[in-house]
Amino acid sequence: MLHLEGLSKSYAGGDPALSDVTLTVPKGEILGLIGPSGAGKSTLIRCINRLVEPTTGAVRLGDEDLAQLGKTDLRRARRRIGMIFQEYALVERLTVMENVLSGRLGYVPFWRSFLRRYPARDVQQAYRLLDRVGLMDKADSRADALSGGQRQRVGIARALAQEPELLLVDEPTASLDPKTSRQIMRLITEICQERGLPAIVNIHDVPLAQQFMQRIVGLRAGRIVFDGAPSELTEDALTTIYGAEDWNAMRKGDADQAEAEADAQRRLEAIAQ
Amino acid sequence: MTTTDTYSAVWQRRTPRKRLLIWTGWVALVALFVWCWQLMTENTIWAFVTDAPRQAADIGARMWPLEWGYLPELMGPLWDTINIATLGTIGGVIMAVPVAFLAARNTTPSATILRPIALFIIVASRSINSLIWALLLVAIIGPGLLAGIVAIALRSIGFVGKLLYEAIEETDRRQIEAVRATGAGGLQVLTYGIVPQIMPAFWGISVFRWDINIRESTILGLVGAGGIGLKLNASINTLSWDEVAVILLLILGTVVVSEWVSAKLRRAII
Repeated sequence: MLHLEGLSKSYAGGDPALSDVTLTVPKGEILGLIGPSGAGKSTLIRCINRLVEPTTGAVRLGDEDLAQLGKTDLRRARRRIGMIFQEYALVERLTVMENVLSGRLGYVPFWRSFLRRYPARDVQQAYRLLDRVGLMDKADSRADALSGGQRQRVGIARALAQEPELLLVDEPTASLDPKTSRQIMRLITEICQERGLPAIVNIHDVPLAQQFMQRIVGLRAGRIVFDGAPSELTEDALTTIYGAEDWNAMRKGDADQAEAEADAQRRLEAIAQ
Repeated sequence: MTTTDTYSAVWQRRTPRKRLLIWTGWVALVALFVWCWQLMTENTIWAFVTDAPRQAADIGARMWPLEWGYLPELMGPLWDTINIATLGTIGGVIMAVPVAFLAARNTTPSATILRPIALFIIVASRSINSLIWALLLVAIIGPGLLAGIVAIALRSIGFVGKLLYEAIEETDRRQIEAVRATGAGGLQVLTYGIVPQIMPAFWGISVFRWDINIRESTILGLVGAGGIGLKLNASINTLSWDEVAVILLLILGTVVVSEWVSAKLRRAII
C-alpha cells in the first residue's frame, strides 16, 4: 500500500509544482492521474521514487517513509518500485535482454551486472517476462531496432523484472498511435490485475483513462481537485480539472478529430465501391 | 479585411545603425590587412623571394632520381613510428577516460574541486604541442622511443578527454534516469546508463586520435624522440635530398593508409 501525506514540491524561484498532496493507493488498485500539462503529474510520481526530491511530506510504502531514507536505503527502496516511461527510456544501444535484466541491477552485485553474468533465476524470469509481453523472439535484438509499441513492452518487462510492489507509469502511450496505445494500456492493466500490483498511471488522454482505470485523480496546479471512479468524471469535474476554456477546446478538438476521421472513412468507402 | 495600403511595403533585414556598424567593420578589416601586409614585408629580402622558384627547382632536381635503395633501411624506424603512435594513443586514452568522467558536468563527483582540476589537465595537455612535449621528455627521460610514446600520450589526453566529456554531457538523461529508477548503484548507472551511450563516440574519437598521432609521431624524431623523424633529420642535415624525398613519400603513404583504416573503422563502429 502506498500512502502520500502532505507531499509538496517547489522548484527554486517558481510556483510550487505540488502542494500538500495526500493520497492512498491500496493494494491492487490502478489509479489514473489526469490533469493539464504542468499540473505536476510527472513531478508527483517522480517524488515517490525520489527521482525528484520532495520538499516536504511523507511517502509511505508499506511501513517505510521513503522521503526520509539515506542513499543506500533509497536504492533498496527503489528496487520495490517499477517505473515505465513516456518515451520508453530504454538503453537504446543495449539488447532487449540486457534492458530487461537491468531491472535486476538493484539486486545483483556490480561485477555480475558488468560481466552480464546474472543468476540463472533472473535470466529465467527475464525470458518468462519477455514471453508474457510477446517479445520472446526479440531477446537479442538491439532496443533501437524495435518499434514504439515493442519498446514500451520491453519497458514493461524491465519494470516487472524488479518484482515491484508498486508500478509508476508516466504517460505510457504519449508516443504511440491510438491502436497501440490501447494494447499497451490493456497489457499494463492485465498485468497489474494478475499480480495484485498497485499502479499510478499518468495519462493525458481522458477517454483512455476512463476506459482502463479503476479510480481517477485529477490534478490541477499541483493540487488534487478530483478523486473518484471513472463514472463520476462528469463534464463539471473535467471543467474543474482542465479549466472551462481548455476543456471546451479539448472537447472541440476531439469532436473535430472524430468528424475528420468519419469523413475520411466515408471517402474511403466511396472509393471502395 | 483591411486594405493592403495600410501595410508598409518596405522591409529591411537590418536597422540603419546595424548596417553602419557592419560597413565600419569591413573597412576596419581591410585597413588591418593592409597594415599587416606592410609589417610582414618590412624585413623581407625580395631578392630571395624572386629567387624562390629557381631554388625550389634546384632542390627538386636534387631529389631526382629517388634513392629507392634507402627504403629497406627505413622500415625499422617506420615501425617505431607506428608503435609510438599506437602505444601513445592507448596510453592517452586510458588516462583520458577518468579525466573525462571527472570533467563532465553530469558525472563529476565534485563540481567545485575535481571538475576544474580535470578541465585544467585537459587545457594543459592541449596547449602544449607534441613536439614540445617530446622536447621536454627527451630532456627528462632521455632520447628514444619511450619519450615519443609518453609525449604522444600526454598530448592525446586533452583531445580525447575534451571530446569524450562533451559526449558524456550529451547523453540522453531519460535513459540514465530509467536505470537509476531500478535501484542501481552509482557504478551500475555508469556502466548501464552512460557507457553504452558513449561507446560509438569513444571508439570514433580514439581511432581519429590514432590517425592524428601517426602524423604527429613522424616528426618527433626531429627532437630525438625516435621513429622516422630521426632519419629525416639525418638526411636533411647531410643534404641528401634524394633520401629526403623517399622519406616524405613513405610518410605520405603511411598517412594515407592510416586515414583509410581510421575511416573504415569509424564507419564500422557507427
